Amino acid sequence: MSGFIITTLIILVFIIIYQIGKASEHAAILRGEKKVNGQVNRAIALLLVAVFLFGMWGIWACHNYFKDMMLPVAACNTGVSYDKMFNVTTAVTGIVFFLTQATLFWFCYKYQASDKRSSFYFAHSNKLELIWTTIPAIAMAVLVAIGLKNWFTVTSDAPAEATVVEIVGKQFNWLIRYPGADNVLGTRTFRKINDANNVLGLDWADPRTHDDIIAQNGEMHVVVNKPVKLIINSRDVIHDVGLPHFRMKMDAVPGITTTLWFTPTITSDSMKTITKNPDFVYEIACDQLCGKGHYAMRGTIIVETQEEYNKWLAKQQSYYAGNNPEAAAPAAAAETQPEGETANMDKKISMN
Amino acid sequence: MNQEGIIHADAHAAHGHDTAGGHGHHDHGHEHHEQHFIWKYVFSMDHKIIGKQFLITGIIWAIIGALFSVLFRLQLGFPDSTFPFMEKMLGEWAKGGKLSPEFYYALVTMHGTILVFFVLTAGLSGTFANLLIPLQIGARDMASPFMNMLSYWFFFLASVVMMVSLFVETGPASGGWTTYPPLSALKEASLGSGVGMDLWLLGMAFFVVSSLLGGLNYISTVLNMRTKGMTMTRMPLTVWALLFTAVLGVLSFPVLFSGVVLLIFDRNLGTSFYLSEIFIGGKALPHIGGSAILYQHLFWFLGHPEVYIIMLPGMGMASEVLSTHSRKPIFGYFAMVISMVGITLLAFVVWAHHMFVTGMSPFLGSIFVLLTLLIAVPSAVKVFNWLTTIWRGNIRFNPPMLFALGFVSLFISGGLTGIFLGNSALDIHLHDTYFVIAHFHIVMGVSAFFGMFAGVYHWFPKMFGRFMNNTLGYIHFFVTFIGAYLIFWPMHYEGIAGMPRRYYDYSAWESFKQFQSINGFISIAATVVFLAQILFVFNFIFSIFRGRKMTTLNPWGSTTLEWTTPIKPGHGNWEGEIPEVHRWPYDYKDDGNGNDFIPQTVPLRPGEEAH
Repeated sequence: MSGFIITTLIILVFIIIYQIGKASEHAAILRGEKKVNGQVNRAIALLLVAVFLFGMWGIWACHNYFKDMMLPVAACNTGVSYDKMFNVTTAVTGIVFFLTQATLFWFCYKYQASDKRSSFYFAHSNKLELIWTTIPAIAMAVLVAIGLKNWFTVTSDAPAEATVVEIVGKQFNWLIRYPGADNVLGTRTFRKINDANNVLGLDWADPRTHDDIIAQNGEMHVVVNKPVKLIINSRDVIHDVGLPHFRMKMDAVPGITTTLWFTPTITSDSMKTITKNPDFVYEIACDQLCGKGHYAMRGTIIVETQEEYNKWLAKQQSYYAGNNPEAAAPAAAAETQPEGETANMDKKISMN
Repeated sequence: MNQEGIIHADAHAAHGHDTAGGHGHHDHGHEHHEQHFIWKYVFSMDHKIIGKQFLITGIIWAIIGALFSVLFRLQLGFPDSTFPFMEKMLGEWAKGGKLSPEFYYALVTMHGTILVFFVLTAGLSGTFANLLIPLQIGARDMASPFMNMLSYWFFFLASVVMMVSLFVETGPASGGWTTYPPLSALKEASLGSGVGMDLWLLGMAFFVVSSLLGGLNYISTVLNMRTKGMTMTRMPLTVWALLFTAVLGVLSFPVLFSGVVLLIFDRNLGTSFYLSEIFIGGKALPHIGGSAILYQHLFWFLGHPEVYIIMLPGMGMASEVLSTHSRKPIFGYFAMVISMVGITLLAFVVWAHHMFVTGMSPFLGSIFVLLTLLIAVPSAVKVFNWLTTIWRGNIRFNPPMLFALGFVSLFISGGLTGIFLGNSALDIHLHDTYFVIAHFHIVMGVSAFFGMFAGVYHWFPKMFGRFMNNTLGYIHFFVTFIGAYLIFWPMHYEGIAGMPRRYYDYSAWESFKQFQSINGFISIAATVVFLAQILFVFNFIFSIFRGRKMTTLNPWGSTTLEWTTPIKPGHGNWEGEIPEVHRWPYDYKDDGNGNDFIPQTVPLRPGEEAH
């Protein structure tokens, strides 16, 4: 019922506006179109100035509104460079923005139709064209130079000592694989995928897969201040590993392996303090439309100290052990061994 | 050679007859007779009628596409609310008054498809190229009125197919207007990748045919059918813009067509152009060797020129409108033409800036960065030329002028954010966030639309012999201009904060849930702006029948040829001979007779130098 009332109200408002419109047309004819046009013109010129001023206030108000909702300091060095580059670009484009918009609205007001003036026939000036071709070209060149320097840094090869972690997207969650004690990700093939006991299609014939650890809850653990290289892929459609806090992202494409690397510099705990938000967590956002669950493909990254990472890793079971009952027996046997085995594991982990 | 000999169908027009256009070859001697309604208004071959057909179809699609955005913005703005009217409208797709995620993505997809292709391409180029090219260059009609008629009817066919796709059981396409495979290739990946996707592809195929038929016509007409004295450098900038738009379309739409064909093959014939190593729906698919990125290259090879196809006509029309209503020549005519050449050429070599994060070689990416930021230069030149056009003018603030001025403001805003996105290192963080949405909406969704509005208000008298209501026009302008900034300005911040686009709901995200209130505000603004567009449509329809009548041939005091025809130009446009042109189209200067402008048809006065 209220929908009917709202619709009726809207239609009535439209009719009223239309009547006002028609009435003003008739009134203009009665009062002399030229005079009315002059009045309307002056009114509009003032209105445009008002719109510009409102716009400037709006920009300030908007900035104020958002300033405490933005991302905290970037959590890696390339991210910090990113923010610097972003600010430089904002400054340059911001100056152009204010100058050109102010000019536009100022000219509108200053050169509104007037009987006291006629327009000035000024059709071209090669000098002006040269000036405003060259200056933007130089500005672009500077921005491109800064941008490409950053681009080649960010897309450079990961250092040899980087920890390797694989992240594979699927509808609709992230699968994360760690190389385990041998520090090598074993081979996998999509033909062996089985959602019951082999989500990534690891090839058990390759012994290097036996220690690989797979997290299906989308939670990735990395060590602070150590470079990490992500091997990115997809099982089905294109997804994208989006890491806003690190200012990074890379598409996850089925059939093609992509990579990205970074060195996290702020632990999750430190970030909780910095943001004054005890619920803070680094999130992984899927940044390529992948179907109806695209908005729900949430992952997290835990950046922690080496000790915390070791503790966590020690509790993980290899995917092979968890999904092959026969393999579980030797693993169980390993657990009953005292510190010797654990000390060995520590040594292997510290090589990562 | 009398150019009228070129179009046989119009040979009789030289005798001042308003005669049948659908009768093909005729000698001059046949008697005057009325055309049947179906040949005059339905399968018309008159460019003016075809232009109106494109416009009206475009307006209908615009209402639908904008309505979709209101619906999905209700979900985005108020994710915890339910809207019973939605269930009444959409049934199973909005159970309990809440859009299902599948249908949300269908709405988002169709919103983009409808507005980019059906409204801003067909509705914009189709309308104004058809209306203005023959009238402004002094031709009786297009080079091939028959092909022109076909171009509209293929567009109509494409529209029917797209419309049908909205109603199929599994829903319309829902993989984004960009329809990347494998999502769009695999029925298992999404409901919207079922029949709806096949219909989308078929509709787009027809659409491409329509665009090609139109574009070839526009180019041939401009190159071959200008009246005596109308050299290329005496053409209005609108015609130049529409010429380059057609060139862009003719060279890039076929590539989209090829991408669409390969996708149809992958979907239905078991090929693997885009598919490789996929496990979905519980099984590994047999496809091997294809590349999903191939589609993106084929898509964006059109996709980037497409945005200039959308932008250029508005640029041409804004130049026309700004000049006429400031009573000043457009500043830097040659620079404006050269900058359009630059934009047209560069448009073909920047497409991969939409693909910076696909894993492409960084070196290749850097080439695209260089070319993309190059394209900023001619755009900047145009802005400065527009500003100088109104400098020391005598500005009349009627609705077309306001929309042309708004066009410039919005083009500045949207263009500048393109500089962030074109720089690959910056794009990494901003790709697929609301920053991109803000950028392309301001530049395409608002600025290009303002160009279209400026054109509609300015040439409405030419189309219908009446004026649109000014007061409603002012309301339309101010509400839309302010409202659009209110909608899209905050989105920049959301994007900088990393908020992803194409998300149904942000409440579960620690990083993005703080934007809930502003999302609500944006949705309200969007609804108000939508209502202002409905006001425009009412104004448009009422004014066709009850608008203030045109009483003079040239109400705007414009210099260009279209205002030298009768108030309601018949088939063939000019009674008698087509006027001859003696000067460039921007002589807004004292003619010594009390007028502040000299039309193109007026010969040079003794001692006067040509521009």
